[in-house]
Amino acid sequence: MIDYAILSWLIWLPIAGGAALLVMDAMGNTACRQVALLVSIVSFALSTQLYTHFDSTTAVMQFQENIPWIDAFSANYHLGVDGISMPLIILTTFTTILVVLAGWQVIQKKTAQYMAAFLVMEGLMVGVFASLDAVLFYVFWEAMLVPMFLIIGVWGGPNRVYATIKFFLYTFFGSVFMLVALIYMYLKSGSFSILDFHFLSLSMTEQVLIFIAFLLAFAVKVPMWPVHTWLPDAHVEAPTGGSVILAAIMLKIGGYGFLRFSLPITPDASHALDWLIIGMSLIAVVYIGFVALVQQDMKKLIAYSSIAHMGFVTMGIFLVFVLLDNNGSIQGAALGMEGGMVQMISHGFISGALFLCVGVLYDRMHSRQISDYGGVVNTMPIFAAFMVLFAMANAGLPGTSGFVGEFMVILASFKANFWFAFLAATTLILGAAYSLWMVKRVVFGDIANDKVRDLEDVNAREFVILASLAVMVLFFGLYPAPLVDVMHASIDNLLAHVTVSKLPADTGLVLLGTGN
Amino acid sequence: MSLENTLLAIPLAPLLGAIIAGLFGKQIGRAGAHTVTILGVAVSFALSAMIFKQFAIDGAAAFNGSVYTWMVSDGVRFEVGFLVDNLTALMMTVVTFVSLMVHIYTIGYMHDDPGYQRFFSYIALFTFAMLMLVMSNNFLQLFFGWEAVGLVSYLLIGFWYKKPTAIYANLKAFLVNRVGDFGFLLGIAAIYMTFNSMDYATVFAAAPAHANDSYQVFPGVDWSLMSVICICLFIGAMGKSAQVPLHVWLPDSMEGPTPISALIHAATMVTAGIFMVARMSPMFELSTTALSFVIIIGAITTFFMGLLGVVQNDIKRVIAYSTLSQLGYMTVALGASAYAAGIFHLMTHAFFKALLFLGAGSVIIAMHHDQDIRNMGGLRKYMPITWITMLIGSLALIGTPFFSGFFSKDTIIEAVHHANIPGAGIAYWAVLLSVFVTALYSFRLYFLVFHGKPRMDDHTREHLHESPWVVTLPLILLAIPSVVAGFWIDPIVFGDFFNGVIYVSPEHTGLATVADHYHGPLSFVLHAFQGPAIYLAIAGVATAWYVYMKRPELADNVRQRFSGLYTVLVNKYYADDVNEVVFAGGARGVGQLLWKIGDVLIIDGLVVNGSARVVGWTASVVRKIQTGHLYTYAFTMIIGLLFILSWFVFLSPGASQ
Repeated sequence: MIDYAILSWLIWLPIAGGAALLVMDAMGNTACRQVALLVSIVSFALSTQLYTHFDSTTAVMQFQENIPWIDAFSANYHLGVDGISMPLIILTTFTTILVVLAGWQVIQKKTAQYMAAFLVMEGLMVGVFASLDAVLFYVFWEAMLVPMFLIIGVWGGPNRVYATIKFFLYTFFGSVFMLVALIYMYLKSGSFSILDFHFLSLSMTEQVLIFIAFLLAFAVKVPMWPVHTWLPDAHVEAPTGGSVILAAIMLKIGGYGFLRFSLPITPDASHALDWLIIGMSLIAVVYIGFVALVQQDMKKLIAYSSIAHMGFVTMGIFLVFVLLDNNGSIQGAALGMEGGMVQMISHGFISGALFLCVGVLYDRMHSRQISDYGGVVNTMPIFAAFMVLFAMANAGLPGTSGFVGEFMVILASFKANFWFAFLAATTLILGAAYSLWMVKRVVFGDIANDKVRDLEDVNAREFVILASLAVMVLFFGLYPAPLVDVMHASIDNLLAHVTVSKLPADTGLVLLGTGN
Repeated sequence: MSLENTLLAIPLAPLLGAIIAGLFGKQIGRAGAHTVTILGVAVSFALSAMIFKQFAIDGAAAFNGSVYTWMVSDGVRFEVGFLVDNLTALMMTVVTFVSLMVHIYTIGYMHDDPGYQRFFSYIALFTFAMLMLVMSNNFLQLFFGWEAVGLVSYLLIGFWYKKPTAIYANLKAFLVNRVGDFGFLLGIAAIYMTFNSMDYATVFAAAPAHANDSYQVFPGVDWSLMSVICICLFIGAMGKSAQVPLHVWLPDSMEGPTPISALIHAATMVTAGIFMVARMSPMFELSTTALSFVIIIGAITTFFMGLLGVVQNDIKRVIAYSTLSQLGYMTVALGASAYAAGIFHLMTHAFFKALLFLGAGSVIIAMHHDQDIRNMGGLRKYMPITWITMLIGSLALIGTPFFSGFFSKDTIIEAVHHANIPGAGIAYWAVLLSVFVTALYSFRLYFLVFHGKPRMDDHTREHLHESPWVVTLPLILLAIPSVVAGFWIDPIVFGDFFNGVIYVSPEHTGLATVADHYHGPLSFVLHAFQGPAIYLAIAGVATAWYVYMKRPELADNVRQRFSGLYTVLVNKYYADDVNEVVFAGGARGVGQLLWKIGDVLIIDGLVVNGSARVVGWTASVVRKIQTGHLYTYAFTMIIGLLFILSWFVFLSPGASQ
């Protein structure tokens, strides 16, 4: 048992650390970096206790903290995690260490503020995953935009203003509708507890409207086709650390939202509209796969590849209803949903690693254009080995974590519908094509120009960052059980919940019958 | 050492060698790298040979056990584990033996290469991956090994990463294999759907109960479920074992160093598809449709790829097309339900084809990396060991009586002759005519390289010499089984070697008929003289001799007279051009279209920026309060948040009442 408020510590320690950094700005960049690193390491060390003390036999929220917050509308400071949110929190704390390290040398301008932004961001993201109160969730959710906005806007590339505005408008546009939905449910239930929302009785019309409101918020975050175009621009302009956090964590908040809000709160609407999500997911895999193929900018390529990979997350999550309709049982649904979860965690490692790889190159050559490179392996052999490994992981090679989630989702989708699996499995070809074609043009070949000739291989700091991600990618590829085992109880509970209609018996049957 | 630990040590020993040579290559040096990897593979071979004796000779019961549970999801156990029976033991022994030979050979072949340690690391890693593939007891690990050998193949084809052709070829190889794996993965998914298990034993036991199940890929159209599963799996085999139309990567894979052409692209990895289908015989036997599909694809590959071997001038590419054609033979055997014959040919082919490639490598060393056979000639005087061993390899390849290839190939031809499956008739003609083609390209190469006048420049000729012993020793050691391995036909093909391992439906009588007429190796040879195959082989050799030795000008005449056909062959039936234009170009075109039209024009241009312009107009009004400082933006947002929160505080109690 843990006898202290660990989730609060995980939220407020980094935020306090960030605030402290702003104050100690005058003490110099080195001190600020060291403090930031220390805070991120301590946060990560604390978060591992969530795993070691986690009871994977129950779906009940664990490490709960619940104190009244705003009496006026009975909002509570209610935190807690289950098998869905816990791995995402650890991913957040782990990734933050890497981005602190990644900005170690390259960020010379406003170092304290840069590090502070990431630490605050860490606390807010943990808050999003740990919140069990809708107001608290919404506050963290919106607050999270601010540091990311600053990270891109201050430390970003030349076109950062367009990118930040686009990023902000897109995400804000989505979340406004979510806010309306949350308030509506509060008015209906008199509570802002997310767990109460799960059991709130809602008519089909209400469910559909709430589902669409959530969809607008979460689809933008994931991002799903066709609301994805902010992501490539944001990535291209963001500094390396910003891209890593964006890809590794922020996108996952969309997937998490579907699991925590859409499915359990509006199961009937999810059922009726699952074709929409699955259709958008498959378009993401195929359409975006082709678009990724022709990108000339490495960051854009990886950004598009992220969208395609997130398609597996949303599809895996929503397979349950198709399975139910087509086979009369949800056999396979847990595989798909857990596959979606695994894909989220794995994509955190792999996309983070790829953005860090591009960062390593960008720090040296100040270019992200594939055509400016060629033959990097000649001068940076260690880097090249990492890049090939992560590209292979991105292409879903078995033995890397990139394989696990896609494999699970493809297996489950075949059970639902042959064509789902057929289209999803095209990622085997497309994913390999865009990942390895990039590797061919950047890493392999003879030395392309004098700038490449002068490249120096990764230093110790960069080596540690890439090696730790490589270990994660290989470990979960060879042994995903430790990750999957903690999810079972929560996923099973969620599946049991969503397969029970919230509608009155008669209308429910009619609607279920006509769904799909 | 318990059986479990022995089995575990077999793949892990080369893996350990690969890791040490790969990560610490600089520290342990060149000698350290080859010592540690050769040691690993030698241990692996010794233990495999022991296992082979234990299973194949002493008749130990099949071992089927899990090593660890990869994960459990939805009640399905995904495991890593081993199934070891006679088929596995045979594959393990062949793989580790050829791998050991190639490791030793590499010391000589890669002697001056700066990537020496990396090369040893890769080939040891390959040995690990291939062993994981053949030893698997479930579909997950099979797929792992399947893609892992593909990865190492990719790394090794592109080993000389400065060569544009090499890094083109390795990308092509990986992508074409991925097309096959696409089908393979769908097949595995279909198995999951049907059996809720990844375990071979469970799936095979339950398969007959699903023999008559139907499945609708297209709504309203009933297909046999087993046919769907088996054809999907076989698409995987078509990629890995380079069957038409997924064969295009194999000739290009010759851009890699010669030792891996021998190990990966001739003897072992490319036979993974053959092994897989034989392993899955309990399922393939349930679908005549799938078997017909297999036999026709195999027949097309056998004949048409063999023809291409006749017009190639690169010594390695001739042998590569020969490999394609021989893989076609094995595939035809599978389609005819003569799995044992297919696996037997796989084994003999592994020996003599590895021998031919390594011999070619020896020639290439002597020729200072000139691979054009038109520049060779008369090499037998300079390289006697290479000459004799390659002659042995060629004789085995064309099916000379008493050589290993004779027994394996003749069995396939006979089995197809007696097979009763749709497509067997065409396949019989394909494999029969290919005997002539095989003899023609093999001895065209042999005569052009080793006989006639030396055609190389003076400098090269003066420096011609036999290769060092690390190169010639593997040639000799491979030449021995290339000659004698054929006599194992008794137990392996016609004995009870594969009892309980490979299942053949009683309706598929092709090989059984041959077995009925089989009375020992000697009578098998005598019987062959009554059939056409042996005369076709002789005719092929004679033609090669006449055209390329006796009347060299004839070759040019023929080429001119049949210039249309020659153009088609030299351009490899335009398969590469079609792929380059239609698939590679098409994919890029589609990508550009979706990006420029879909993303840039419609989504961003019309929707996003359109709304942004509206917002921008509004903003121009509000711009007055903009200071240009970022903290103002942040501040504004926080104020906004506070505003929202206070809106709750003041309005919601009233609203909720």
